[in-house]
Amino acid sequence: MIISIASGKGGTGKTTVAVNLALSIKDANILDCDVEEPNAHIFIKPEIKSKEKVFIPVPEIDKEKCNACGKCKDVCAYNALAILGDTVLVFPELCHGCGACSYFCPQGAIKEVDKEIGIIEEGSINEIGFVHGRLNIGQAMAPPVIRVVKKHIKNDRVNIIDSPPGTSCPVISSIAGSDFCVLVTEPTPFGLNDLMLAVEVLRKVRIPFGVVVNRSDLGDDKTDKYCIEEKIPILMKIPFNKDIARAYSKGEPFVRCFPEYKDMFLVLLGKIKETIA
Amino acid sequence: MKQLVVISGKGGTGKTVFTASLAALSAGLNPGDNKVVMADCDVDAADLHLLLSPDVKEKHDFKSGVTAFIDKDKCIQCGLCERLCRFDAISKDFTVDTVSCEGCSFCANACPEQAIEMKENLSGQWFISETRFGIMVHAKLGIAEENSGKLVTLVREQSKRIAEKNNSDWIIIDGSPGIGCPVIASLSGVDCAVIVTEPTLSGLHDAQRVVAVARHFNVSVIMVVNKYDLNVDVTEQIERYCQEENIAFAGKIEFNKIVVEAMVNRKTIVEYCNEDITASIKNIWDKICHYILSK
Repeated sequence: MIISIASGKGGTGKTTVAVNLALSIKDANILDCDVEEPNAHIFIKPEIKSKEKVFIPVPEIDKEKCNACGKCKDVCAYNALAILGDTVLVFPELCHGCGACSYFCPQGAIKEVDKEIGIIEEGSINEIGFVHGRLNIGQAMAPPVIRVVKKHIKNDRVNIIDSPPGTSCPVISSIAGSDFCVLVTEPTPFGLNDLMLAVEVLRKVRIPFGVVVNRSDLGDDKTDKYCIEEKIPILMKIPFNKDIARAYSKGEPFVRCFPEYKDMFLVLLGKIKETIA
Repeated sequence: MKQLVVISGKGGTGKTVFTASLAALSAGLNPGDNKVVMADCDVDAADLHLLLSPDVKEKHDFKSGVTAFIDKDKCIQCGLCERLCRFDAISKDFTVDTVSCEGCSFCANACPEQAIEMKENLSGQWFISETRFGIMVHAKLGIAEENSGKLVTLVREQSKRIAEKNNSDWIIIDGSPGIGCPVIASLSGVDCAVIVTEPTLSGLHDAQRVVAVARHFNVSVIMVVNKYDLNVDVTEQIERYCQEENIAFAGKIEFNKIVVEAMVNRKTIVEYCNEDITASIKNIWDKICHYILSK
């Protein structure tokens, strides 16, 4: 089973829900796909057992063979290649690694070389599996790193994917293939606006979803009304509590200070399983 | 004219609430003076409009990139496109998953039957609006669309054009969370990045990564700690980090539930109340001005 945790708006409590849900289940496998700003490790404190680098293939031009015919530039959709006089210039930061240039080069002058864009770290703590990716500083493209994180999905476990905020490609890459997506929101105008965007995303990719309202007593009742009108299940509400906020600030999962929440997370899991079945 | 971008690394630290107050403070008393142009560059979850209530004057389509479409009548199911695609966007029955397709056109160029057409995407819309503080340029990326970086660049180009025409003093940019393509696009060539963080270990971890990105692109940074009193120990840790790393520190903002109240009433903090939090934000704005103008 794959459950992804997403939100639209940042800072609504995705990592909090992902981590505390994982700790409430015995055999969870947590995959932090927020590779730009991964945070789950701060709470899970896993023992890292293996690391692997993530590369994307970028072109390298063999100057001996290249006759600057320009075919590579013509087939590149990302302007990652340019012809200047009789040489080809490569802009690796624009390259998506599609491989078209080397395939079409009539001279066989283009070889693909690996460019490192991030790193994957895998480990565990007690029964819980853990993996996250970290995008290297200055790199723009998160999805290739996210795809490698997701290779660590384990079929015999409850896989919990912590997604990045937003509604664009990194989110789509993270939630793709999930059996269910939990949207974490807060009942403020910003939270609701971004929840509505996230709902559009989930309807487009056709993944079943429900909502967790965090800091549920700060704001107004418009989020509740919206969910009722749109027939979106509200799976759980977590009221604002300074002790929860403080636990979060110190990197402590709050089910450890408030064990009664473990049952509530198990109820959440039960509702998710019911929906999938 | 100076450009400043508000970013955070971590989401939900209060970028937009803070940016809206800076817009109010930089605008002066008469919005007709056009002292500031606001640019909402958090194009995939834009919220600044909720506080600035823009009156949209111009609306434009954002066309960017292409997506593959396979003509079933021409397709001979040879399987070449499916083998070549590195984004797993072509299924075994030769339909294109338009969400996975990155528009590289490799398949269309390689197809022996010319059965694949690349169609231009309508990836979103962008707007030029009037607000009570001056002009705002903003955008809405289409759902599940790509090229947020390009849309950010477009919003910034338009803001700059308008700011130059009106002889504005400031372009204030609301950035997005993270450190990837939209953030990099919102950073390039600005005079200063204001990093709004929160006193949590996550907030500090993420701020450190976004500081590294700003420095990677030679942008100077100044730090703000929002909701600082939720954990004064971590706030001190952030201040120490700034000293050690020689990062300018603009100040701290207290936690106050009135922030949500102001948001529900669609007002910036500096308009809505006159409490400690208002004074803190004003002080921080003064420090930021001093920092940028003294550089």
